[in-house]
Amino acid sequence: MNKNIVLCGVGGQGTVLASKLIAAAAMKKGLSVMSAETIGMAQRGGSVFSHVRIGEDVCSPMIARGSADLIVGFEPGEAVRMLPFLKEGGQVVTSSRAILPVTASLSGSSYNGEDMVSYLKRHVENLLVVDSEKACGELGSPKALNILLLGAAVSSGRLGFTEEDIKDAIAERLPERFHKMNFAALEYMRLHP
Amino acid sequence: MHKEFLMGNEAIAMGAIAAGVNFVSGYPGTPSTEVLETVSKRRPDRTYVEWSVNEKAALETAAGAAYSGARCLVTMKQVGLNVASDPLMSLEYVGVKGGMVILVADDPGPISSQTEQDTRHFAAFSKLPCFDPCSAQEAYEMVQEAFYFSEKYKTPVFLRPTTRVCHAYASVTVKDKEEYVLHNPEGFIKDSKRWVIFPRLSYQNHIKIEERNARLSEEFSDYSKNSVYLPSEGEPRKGIAAGGISYTYVSETLKSCVGAKLFKVATPHPFPEKLALRFLDGLDEVLCVEELDPVIERELTYICGKHHLPVKIYGKLTGHVQNAGENTRDSVNGCICDFLGNKMPSGSAHAPEDALPALPVRPPVLCAGCPHRASFYAVKTAMKGRKTIFCGDIGCYTLGNAMPLDMVDTCLCMGAGLGIAQGAGRISPDTSCFAFVGDSTFFASAVTGVINAVYNQAEMTLIVLDNSTTAMTGHQPHPGTGRTVMGDVTAKISIEAVLRGIGLTVVETADPLDLEASIECVKRVSAEPGVKAIIFRSPCIAVTKPAGGLAVNPEKCISCKRCIRELGCPALILKDSQVCIDASLCTGCSLCSQVCPTGAISRNGGDSDE
Repeated sequence: MNKNIVLCGVGGQGTVLASKLIAAAAMKKGLSVMSAETIGMAQRGGSVFSHVRIGEDVCSPMIARGSADLIVGFEPGEAVRMLPFLKEGGQVVTSSRAILPVTASLSGSSYNGEDMVSYLKRHVENLLVVDSEKACGELGSPKALNILLLGAAVSSGRLGFTEEDIKDAIAERLPERFHKMNFAALEYMRLHP
Repeated sequence: MHKEFLMGNEAIAMGAIAAGVNFVSGYPGTPSTEVLETVSKRRPDRTYVEWSVNEKAALETAAGAAYSGARCLVTMKQVGLNVASDPLMSLEYVGVKGGMVILVADDPGPISSQTEQDTRHFAAFSKLPCFDPCSAQEAYEMVQEAFYFSEKYKTPVFLRPTTRVCHAYASVTVKDKEEYVLHNPEGFIKDSKRWVIFPRLSYQNHIKIEERNARLSEEFSDYSKNSVYLPSEGEPRKGIAAGGISYTYVSETLKSCVGAKLFKVATPHPFPEKLALRFLDGLDEVLCVEELDPVIERELTYICGKHHLPVKIYGKLTGHVQNAGENTRDSVNGCICDFLGNKMPSGSAHAPEDALPALPVRPPVLCAGCPHRASFYAVKTAMKGRKTIFCGDIGCYTLGNAMPLDMVDTCLCMGAGLGIAQGAGRISPDTSCFAFVGDSTFFASAVTGVINAVYNQAEMTLIVLDNSTTAMTGHQPHPGTGRTVMGDVTAKISIEAVLRGIGLTVVETADPLDLEASIECVKRVSAEPGVKAIIFRSPCIAVTKPAGGLAVNPEKCISCKRCIRELGCPALILKDSQVCIDASLCTGCSLCSQVCPTGAISRNGGDSDE
């Protein structure tokens, strides 16, 4: 299997954990994985990304433009920012909830993500928009976002891993007290298509 | 052997452990920090690990351990090497007994640094051998080989990864515990002819170092990580030379662009000249793909001159490769396709960036609830209308420069704010001079600045932003925290006591989240003559439990937006032109409730009268 996956969002949203879970699932299947992420100053509310690359002949952790099979956007504007990485016919899964940067609040900008979602709808054939505000509300925690989106990526059929694969990775990587909520988040999109 | 999914920095740490490292010291700095942290988490019982007070201290303590036969790893980022350069330059003339690997992480971009300096130059300047890994796997193996070369030639050596190697993860094949080398240092043995640097010794050793580096250049030509690759078919007239992460970008591109010979440079110093000659043989043109400075390009240009080779060398010096910023897969694709006359490999399916709609701009900002915001705001309010200079420093609080706080007028390097405040005050005596420094930076490099100020009778106010951790690099302990990276409880060094010991008589400590008291404190202290200090003490919100979020009472809120305008807290947002607090971000610091003119913000949603 060869896969290039871009996860993107705003510092603090949990993109790094999501990319680690994908990697763990791949390792478990004996696949080679490389990934790269934003660490450092940009994590303080800046745009962040993770590149995850799966496959034997991968030699660089970075993905070139036009070659991502899947983009998982934790924020709709960030999903749009990463669109140049998507390959022809690639899949985008994105949260619909906008995160307002301080610069927008200060300038009184009306950014609310709707323009971004409609841009995606116009330009991406394979698009799955997740109403994460509603879902996280039902799941009882804004922290469920990363696993919710992983679940959405699974249900899009383009992640290359099953719900069980990711479930195993969660069980292996996260403390037990977080399992129940995260399993519910993982299943959410299958149960609420 | 088994496989682990490791960050490049973790792989380096695991490699050092496998090589039997006895002593690890360093100072936090992105992108190097995780190396020391990983050793401390996974170390065998006998390995000693410390966060030193700064890079100079780290290198000096490691020198003592290496003189005593210990295998040592010293970790820092590239600008940290500037701090450690004094002991480093001399240490190369003295040499070591136990192996010493100095891990210096460079930061093309720069992504989290002040400069785009290139440690490969520092290697040539200080005459140290330098290893430049291209991946986590290679870094894992290289650190072990670096220890071998260090001990063989009794010299410290550099391992110089860059950000994309340090922070990339990969499935890395690592040794099992039973395969680790055990190294038992014999302890310090007196030998003043060896360990005391004198001009005569330096002269003699200088000769030996030059001879050794010539020998190393030969040996590196046979080192397996330096190599020349021929294309699968044809007699290439064009070649590409690359090192570090850029080598992996080149390899990816060459999967679809055929026809070039490839030279991988893993030891930029001493340069593997013999291997370079094998690479250059039969070529007309060479493109050098590297980040930061044109080190490989200059070496190849020199070798062509020395050997009268008619090969054209292209790269940063000739304008064929960008001379600043990091390389990307796409920039490298572009350079190589231009060079080989190929078409770009499949471009973006989804429009170039300029076709995208206007995207939100997200500069990094102080976190919601960050006590630094409150400290800056208190000083700003207290000094309103006065002529001031606010000298910042290196840490999260550099972000105090962003609007609307706009409270950092200068920032240069670790600890520099103190000196800049003093110098500016000499030239503009009518200006109130402030230096802001974090607690970790205070211990690392601000103490000499305070002594300089007191000794030279400066007029200035020092503001110590004490959040009881090294926040920017991921919360490392420091001398003021009372614990070490090995988990030991140790004496807390008091910043107040240090300042009073130096001779400051006005030293006040305040809680920045009490806005009114803080403003009064700034007014009172800054009016005193000479050097005076305020310690704003409040823990970093990333390591404390939130106090419970606040909410806006829409009935009391008059939408003046004063909270947003004055504070720029990311938790304060506008929803349908109504000020709201994002509950997932708010930590309950209550600063906004203290600036709200109508008492509309409180813990229970606006009933602040109760």
